[in-house]
Amino acid sequence: MSFIKNPKDFWAGMLYMAFGLAAILIAYNYPVGTAGRMGPGYFPRILGAIMIGIGVILALRGVRVAGARIAWRPLKPLVIVLASIALFALVAPYFGMVAATVVLVVVASTASHEFRWKEAIIASVLLAAFAVAAFGYGLNLQLPLWPAFLG
Amino acid sequence: MEFLTTLVHNLGIGFGEALSLTNLLYCFFGVLLGTLIGVLPGIGPLPTIAMLLPITYALPPVSALIMLAGIYYGAQYGGSTTAILVNLPGESSSVVTCLDGYQMARQGRAGKALSVAAIGSFIAGCFATLMIAAFAPPLAEVALKFGPAEYFSLMVLGLIAAVVLASGSLLKAIGMIVLGLLLGIVGTDVNSGLQRYSFGIPELSDGIGFVTVAMGLFAYAEIIINLQQTEKREVFTEKVTGLLLTWAEFKQALPAILRGTGLGSVLGILPGGGALLSAFASYTVEKKIAKDPSRFGKGAIEGVAGPESANNAGSQASFIPMLTLGIPPNAVMALMVGAMTIHSIQPGPQVMTSNPELFWGLIVSMWIGNVMLVVLNLPLIGIWVKLLMVPYRLLYPAILLFCCIGTYSINNNVFDVYMTVVFGLLGWVFVKLECEPAPLLLGFILGPMMEENLRRALLLSRGDPTVFVTRPISGVMLAMAAILLLIIVAPNIRKRREEAFQEQ
Repeated sequence: MSFIKNPKDFWAGMLYMAFGLAAILIAYNYPVGTAGRMGPGYFPRILGAIMIGIGVILALRGVRVAGARIAWRPLKPLVIVLASIALFALVAPYFGMVAATVVLVVVASTASHEFRWKEAIIASVLLAAFAVAAFGYGLNLQLPLWPAFLG
Repeated sequence: MEFLTTLVHNLGIGFGEALSLTNLLYCFFGVLLGTLIGVLPGIGPLPTIAMLLPITYALPPVSALIMLAGIYYGAQYGGSTTAILVNLPGESSSVVTCLDGYQMARQGRAGKALSVAAIGSFIAGCFATLMIAAFAPPLAEVALKFGPAEYFSLMVLGLIAAVVLASGSLLKAIGMIVLGLLLGIVGTDVNSGLQRYSFGIPELSDGIGFVTVAMGLFAYAEIIINLQQTEKREVFTEKVTGLLLTWAEFKQALPAILRGTGLGSVLGILPGGGALLSAFASYTVEKKIAKDPSRFGKGAIEGVAGPESANNAGSQASFIPMLTLGIPPNAVMALMVGAMTIHSIQPGPQVMTSNPELFWGLIVSMWIGNVMLVVLNLPLIGIWVKLLMVPYRLLYPAILLFCCIGTYSINNNVFDVYMTVVFGLLGWVFVKLECEPAPLLLGFILGPMMEENLRRALLLSRGDPTVFVTRPISGVMLAMAAILLLIIVAPNIRKRREEAFQEQ
């Protein structure tokens, strides 16, 4: 943390620069056209350039003006919450909504510092029942409820 | 006179539509859900509307919009309950209500605080409804004359004003807008048919779904941030009694309610305005004009009456630019624009003439919804107090579940669910870097429209960029945007802006 005085500004600037650079590089082969006849690459390039400009100013401000540090931790909630959503997406198409619901609710519950196994399992069953009743039958959403190999 | 007869005629169309049994039912469901999520801290109208959007596919468009609107203004009512009883803003726009509302509750006047909040919100809601009915048609008429250059400049002004009036770093907010515009470009270019930023993924050829963006940036990031903080909240568990105000208290509160209503109605229309800004402004005004400002923060009834009226008026007034110009002034309205496009209604000045029953039905439903909300919030307050006792560890898995089912059901495809994971991570990083995600959503919704209008304007002018300045309306709007930016960058005003946000 030597030369970075304000990590929030500095890393926001770096992130913006990365987005801007990516936007321009990916759009490299899109025809630009002229102002009167804009090609698909015209607007993205302008935006990418603005993005880089703002990023540079922010990063410079981050090394010159002091500011608070970033409190990234604890990372457990981040990892668990995102993983539970991804698991839902992984399970639902093959094993159905009911199974996916139980997996999502139990896994997500472990992210809380007040986690209890019994409570989480009961909650997951109740929520699965509610989801089947409300979304499956009530709103008649076209989602597979049960495992594909059983139907 | 003619103005009045058309107004009555239009409201008649609205009542005819809004009073149908189905629409009454969806209105009730919307305001009920709005109150519910307003009361619960940690979930706001934005993720809720995003969550329910996919489900509204199956509904008729009027019913869908009536319900989604009900969630937004219903949340303003519910938010005040939590602010008064728990000293936590159930809704971000209730932040200032905590100051005096919670103090009133501690003095045993919780019932009165809740009453004045509900009465103020009701008066504000009625007034704002009338105002939309009166001002929307002339505004839409002006907007019908807009060409592509005017639309482009209007969007620039809207986006700039939205970030100037918001708190936080201006530079970061503008960056977020531009990033939103870039994300809005993803997908098939309408003019050339070229796939942009879609990396050969077929699901991306229609662009990124705005539900996935909103869900990830707002719902998921918020849950993760809440879980990272481990402190517990205290609930005001004493029984709430004494809802009735004395005549003296009513006389004290009424002027504040009226001022709050007026402020909210004006500030709500502004881009970046809406509920939050209106509430802040109203509290500042009440404190400034009070004979004895020291009462504020110690349970002054005006400190509850003003902001609560203002946030409700503001949330309803923010429908005006969305309905008449098709330009969302805040993130919730951006989602409403999305909801209309789902039902293949292009938001803009033509809605009023092409779908009058939708337009007027929605407006009248807001008034009906306000009546329902008073009933829901005052006699049934006990239920909402109980709800506050549900611990967060049981709440957030349920929110996650509804979000996942909602995203999955948009296209019956898990690709969207994986996208929300990406945006959830991004949203969390943004919060940590203090980059406000709301401007990103505005940019994302306006991105395609902005590019289209820029292209058309320059095509018409044969590539001459001065067209934006030489056309008078467009020029004025760009000048206003520039002045706003200059004002904000000017050192002494910047300092005062920071102080104003700090004070709260």
